[in-house]
Amino acid sequence: MFFETSTRTQASFELAGKRLGADVINLLMQASSIRKGETLIDTALTLNAMHPDLLVVRHPSSGAADLLAQKVNCSVINAGDGHHEHPTQALLDALTIRRRKGRLQRLIIAICGDIAHSRVARSNILLLGKTENRIRLIGPATLMPSKIDEWGVEVYDDMTDGLKEADVVMMLRLQKERMDGGFIPSEREYFYRYGLDLTKLSHAKDDAIVMHPGPMNRGIEIDGAIADDINHSVIEEQVEMGVAIRMAIMHLLTQSQDHSDPPLA
Amino acid sequence: MTDALFTNARLIDPERGETPHGWLLVRQGKIADYNAGDPESLPASCEIIDCEGLCLSPGIVDIGVKVCEPGERHKESYQSASLAALKGGITTIVTRPDTVPAIDTPEALEFVKRRADKASVINVLPMASLTKGRAGQEMTEIGLLADSGAVAFTDCDHVISDSRVFLRALTYAKSCDALVIGHPQDPSLTVGSAATSGKFASLKGLPTVPALAERMGLERDLILIELSGADYHIDQITTAAALLPLQRAREKGLRITAGVSIHHLTLNEFDIANYRTFFKVKPPLRSEDDRVAVVEAVRDGLIDIISSMHTPQDEESKRLPFVDAASGAVALQTLLPASLRLYHSGALDLPTLFRALSLNPAKRLQINAGRFAVGAIGDIILFDPDYPFVLNRQTLKSKCKNTPFDGHKLQGKVIGTWLSGRRAYSGT
Repeated sequence: MFFETSTRTQASFELAGKRLGADVINLLMQASSIRKGETLIDTALTLNAMHPDLLVVRHPSSGAADLLAQKVNCSVINAGDGHHEHPTQALLDALTIRRRKGRLQRLIIAICGDIAHSRVARSNILLLGKTENRIRLIGPATLMPSKIDEWGVEVYDDMTDGLKEADVVMMLRLQKERMDGGFIPSEREYFYRYGLDLTKLSHAKDDAIVMHPGPMNRGIEIDGAIADDINHSVIEEQVEMGVAIRMAIMHLLTQSQDHSDPPLA
Repeated sequence: MTDALFTNARLIDPERGETPHGWLLVRQGKIADYNAGDPESLPASCEIIDCEGLCLSPGIVDIGVKVCEPGERHKESYQSASLAALKGGITTIVTRPDTVPAIDTPEALEFVKRRADKASVINVLPMASLTKGRAGQEMTEIGLLADSGAVAFTDCDHVISDSRVFLRALTYAKSCDALVIGHPQDPSLTVGSAATSGKFASLKGLPTVPALAERMGLERDLILIELSGADYHIDQITTAAALLPLQRAREKGLRITAGVSIHHLTLNEFDIANYRTFFKVKPPLRSEDDRVAVVEAVRDGLIDIISSMHTPQDEESKRLPFVDAASGAVALQTLLPASLRLYHSGALDLPTLFRALSLNPAKRLQINAGRFAVGAIGDIILFDPDYPFVLNRQTLKSKCKNTPFDGHKLQGKVIGTWLSGRRAYSGT
């Protein structure tokens, strides 16, 4: 159920399901009964009555996946809820990092850009923070959530300082559609201060990898040349790992479901 | 019978700050006499109530109750609200004008009074809005409304952002001797917010308002009050930062009082946990530090009044993602048990609690209730402060069941409620 437009996450989940032999139904909620006034919970209950094994949910409100999970019997996979979390993205990022770096510990990971509106950032901070990495957040103060420094991360407002010796540079999409307006002066200034170009990347380690959850705004948060540079960019590998991770998650969740018949009396 | 003699009671006297074991006599609806110990003689033709050592106190006067008439009677009617209030030990409700439509004309006020007279058992004192449609542009007919029975003027949670409009309304209200009630918030910082800024809201990805927005709003309002000299009550002070300007204004001698909702005294932001929408209130729940500071301010008398901020919301408005869900909580029946949490935790003693629940609100509205004094109205409640129970929200008398205390262990039960000496509720 996608209550928010998505290309890659939706396609990734769909493909993962199909590769596992699932019957995948895609519900683009913007076009459906939500428009007719049905509430989120009613939609969930209707779908629940059809007995799916899994529900994959993306919703623009924080906590929506949680709310749904309380109302249905099947497993619910959060494919992104508001500014809260995007757990499968964090898992696929972790897998990509481990493949490239050979480990998931003792790395300096810089997450750059619009942290405040990013569910990808929150999930990554939680996941990568659990495995002895140094996590740095870099971005303009207007795009930082409040009290972020209490999360066990280092906060920078300057790319040069923040990228120093970094092993992983994770760029975030500048969520234009989420901007109420006025967080940054202009896209041009944003690229000047926070866009990843060769000069800024040169402060990171030589073998640093560059990641992006997509979709990219070339020339706003990332220079096109870096995005295409196969020596640094692992952006396509992230997409590839996305399908693998989602297959694994779906497999694990359906495996744990009890399909056995009740014992005969 | 409007004569009643209460014996063997623990008298909660908010004015003297005492809780003597004694008796109290109500004659013709008014308190006639009371004292410690046992009465010397039993008057004839009088109901005698043996309180069995339980607490007898003035009935609660609750400022800022939302009864959803006109407009949304399915959420709360005068009848359901009054039943809930009786069971909660509330004898007077001061109703909010944020109905649909707003109470902004004498005709709308007339409707409210008629409905209240017909359907309510308890005392209902209606408020009217300060500006037409609560839109913050043109002031209402304050003089006409005041003479028709509006006890105070407020736009509730709509902050009048245009300072010129607000100043004129305050100045005019002063000329009518009218009490104005305001909501201290910086309106632009509040737009779209659902939680207080901080680590918790950031983790949960919720749109936030800084706690300091309350202080910002308050500072502006205080300056306008100083300019106009208006009689002013601040509906809710919920942050430690707002206490400083409040203290300063008090020292300056402005005619202000301040209130707080029971939810901000007993809950904090972490109670929202996994987006529990019954904990979405306005202003949003604060940090534990703020909660503790506000409880201390009630103890020290800087905050005068505790109210329920009773706001019924139906299931449909609450069964939504947190950001989209409606704000507010029902609290008429939980006001007393929740307040008693502060007593049981040792934060406040009973006279201090009833100073904020009964005495101060009655004083503020200049009604002769809320205290034990000869000649005061005999609105009395008898309650057991220790009676333990687990709240089941479905048992609430309000039409809406949106209480944050569902499933909570609470203490305190109202045994009886008397209005002008007449027993109106019995909860044995």
